[in-house]
Amino acid sequence: MSTDVHEPPSEAAEPDEAASEAALAAPEVIASSLGEYLKIWLTRVRNGESGALPVILGLVAIVVYFQVRSSLFLSAGNLVNLIGQAAWIIMLGMAEVFVLLLGEIDLSIGYTSALGATFTCWLLLPPNPAPWPLAVLVGLAVPAVFSGLQGLIVTRLRLPSFVVTLAGQLLALGLLLEVMDTAAPNGGGSIRLYNNVLTDIYSGALTPLAGWIVMVAAVALAGALFLVRDSRRRASNLTAPPLSVTLLKIAGMAVAGVVVVLVGNTDRGVGLTVVRGVPWVVLVVLVVVVAWSFLLGRTRFGRYVYAIGGNAEAARRAGINLSRIRILAFTLAGVTAGIMGIIFTSYLGSISTGVPGGQNVLYAVAAAVIGGTSLFGGRGKMLNAVLGGLIVAVIYNGLELLGLGAAPQYIWTAVVLLAAVTVDTLARRRSTTA
Amino acid sequence: MTIPSAEGARPADAGRASSPDSDTTDGTETMETPDNTQNSTGEENPAEVAAVQAEVAPAQAETAAESDGGPPLLRLVDIGKSFGPVRVLSHVSLDIPIGQVTAVVGDNGAGKSTLIKTIAGIHQADEGQILWQGRRVNLHSPKDATDLGIATVYQDLALADNLDIVANMFLGHEMVKRFQLDEIGMEITAKQTLADLSVVTVRSIRQPVGSLSGGQRQAVAVARAVMRQAKLVILDEPTAALGVTQTRVVLDLIKRLKSQNIAVIVISHNLNDVQSVADRIAVLRLGRLVAVGPSSQYDAESIVDLMTTGTSKRLAATSAEPSSGSSSEH
Repeated sequence: MSTDVHEPPSEAAEPDEAASEAALAAPEVIASSLGEYLKIWLTRVRNGESGALPVILGLVAIVVYFQVRSSLFLSAGNLVNLIGQAAWIIMLGMAEVFVLLLGEIDLSIGYTSALGATFTCWLLLPPNPAPWPLAVLVGLAVPAVFSGLQGLIVTRLRLPSFVVTLAGQLLALGLLLEVMDTAAPNGGGSIRLYNNVLTDIYSGALTPLAGWIVMVAAVALAGALFLVRDSRRRASNLTAPPLSVTLLKIAGMAVAGVVVVLVGNTDRGVGLTVVRGVPWVVLVVLVVVVAWSFLLGRTRFGRYVYAIGGNAEAARRAGINLSRIRILAFTLAGVTAGIMGIIFTSYLGSISTGVPGGQNVLYAVAAAVIGGTSLFGGRGKMLNAVLGGLIVAVIYNGLELLGLGAAPQYIWTAVVLLAAVTVDTLARRRSTTA
Repeated sequence: MTIPSAEGARPADAGRASSPDSDTTDGTETMETPDNTQNSTGEENPAEVAAVQAEVAPAQAETAAESDGGPPLLRLVDIGKSFGPVRVLSHVSLDIPIGQVTAVVGDNGAGKSTLIKTIAGIHQADEGQILWQGRRVNLHSPKDATDLGIATVYQDLALADNLDIVANMFLGHEMVKRFQLDEIGMEITAKQTLADLSVVTVRSIRQPVGSLSGGQRQAVAVARAVMRQAKLVILDEPTAALGVTQTRVVLDLIKRLKSQNIAVIVISHNLNDVQSVADRIAVLRLGRLVAVGPSSQYDAESIVDLMTTGTSKRLAATSAEPSSGSSSEH
């Protein structure tokens, strides 16, 4: 009698098991050979569950387009310039990944990063500059505390993060104006960065030899870690990715590293001055990417961030302290924003109240989402922000190089962003209805 | 014989509600249901356990001894629960023995959910006692229940679709080695647990749970409970959203749990499933336990009678010879 109440409603829709597995499981975990790996990967791409490669291909296509339009695009000078532009977008994008993974958003970090950087510059003002590490620490702590408090409000009062951080954005701008007034009363709303170590993040560079050493060491270390991890899994009788796939990945990293160092080491000076070497900012971004990827991928905290983004109720029932994880993720977004603020200040040589904080944060969200981070939470990686940030920066840089104004920059970024969100949403819809 | 007269306990209600602690001894003496329950299971258990034993292996010897002599794993005595003026459970007394599947059936609003939530520590009973392995316990939170070894698998399963099977099974209890998640250790343990439950139909335990079928998801949720050394697994409508094949997978899984000496409570609307898997059946109606006993005593029609009216004429005939076909459900 009452059995018909619970008649299965969707059993007919249950998909062919193998197909859905192929579509959703990462190829690493089920493929035993390179051929099989590629086959599964193609199925995944068709289902919108692609990895980084389509984004990389898109990036290559855009780069080719700009190079065809302007032979200057791939010149060493412009590429290094591009790296500088991409660095802060990537950094802000990584900040956004922390909160996007939770299914939240932080709109304030465009201005809190500037607020933090203002404190840093203030502390470094002559004649009595504070030690620069202290100034940097304060520059990171200010946005960290700001975002942490927003996280507290979001999780305790259960308010939508969109609204809380929108208010945060306005508050941060107000505070920025206030602090700037006190820090540099005669600066015209701008404060200079008086510290060589920090200005060198952008304008300084590793020596060509040091660039090679760092690159080789980084690739060797990462490659060794990959191989050791795989062999440990094999030793424990667990499936590991095929050796050829791992070697291909390491080769990919090596190629990327060689390209960056080659470009960086090419003379990009104007006239008689010789400017060579990989800018320090590349190293800063690299270190942050590795650290945050480790945090998200290999620690409990990271696991819980994904769990909350995927199913907050399941995470709660598993005994995870949702508030703590959320506040911590917001705080880390703030820390990352603080790093961005200092890079940005190094890039400009100063920080001003005219910083386009609202626009920067939208670029950051765009970067994360274009790279493949889901707006709905639970899906994405730090690497997505790197790739997405590169795409945003390439569009920005390329159109500028072609002498086109701001209008096409905005329009093209909008088109790419819309495309990325569409892919994200379709993929999500398919995986939930499947 | 297992059906208390519907009015039996009612007059005592008011007095009892004010002093839940006072019926420590009182409860078992005056209540009809627990006495009857014990009598009937006392007669039935040896035969039943023997049947199980024949089917599953020597590890069952202990169970037989325990369910003969020692207290049951979980004993509910005279549980009552009200939400405001609504009395959801009244004087429910039920034994949950180890290594057996107890099905709790009842129509919508009969109090099934409240009963399991009381056992799972989500609700606290207003009256009565919960005895765990003969010892009185107070379950103030889900954690209290989990710490005892009570695992509840709710209908929505509480799985994170974006995480893989291993991550879901260890969610909140990750193994950590040198500040890192011990992925290899977790994967080995998860693999072993799934293998023990014979649910190796998944292609890889590193695939996201979102890619699994309904039955496989249920299996993952159950495996997670078992992996944490659960002694009692409560399954809330485990087959409600499943098709025929997937239902069979889950029913096999329940039988597996039983063979691993785990007590199982199944809440279900589906009487076919109940009949095929349950050793004991408890029928709730309007917050009262109207019948409890070996599943062989009841057929689908008598259960429906009990669920709807609280009594069954058909039952009188079958319970007259309770020992017939005690292991027929297999």
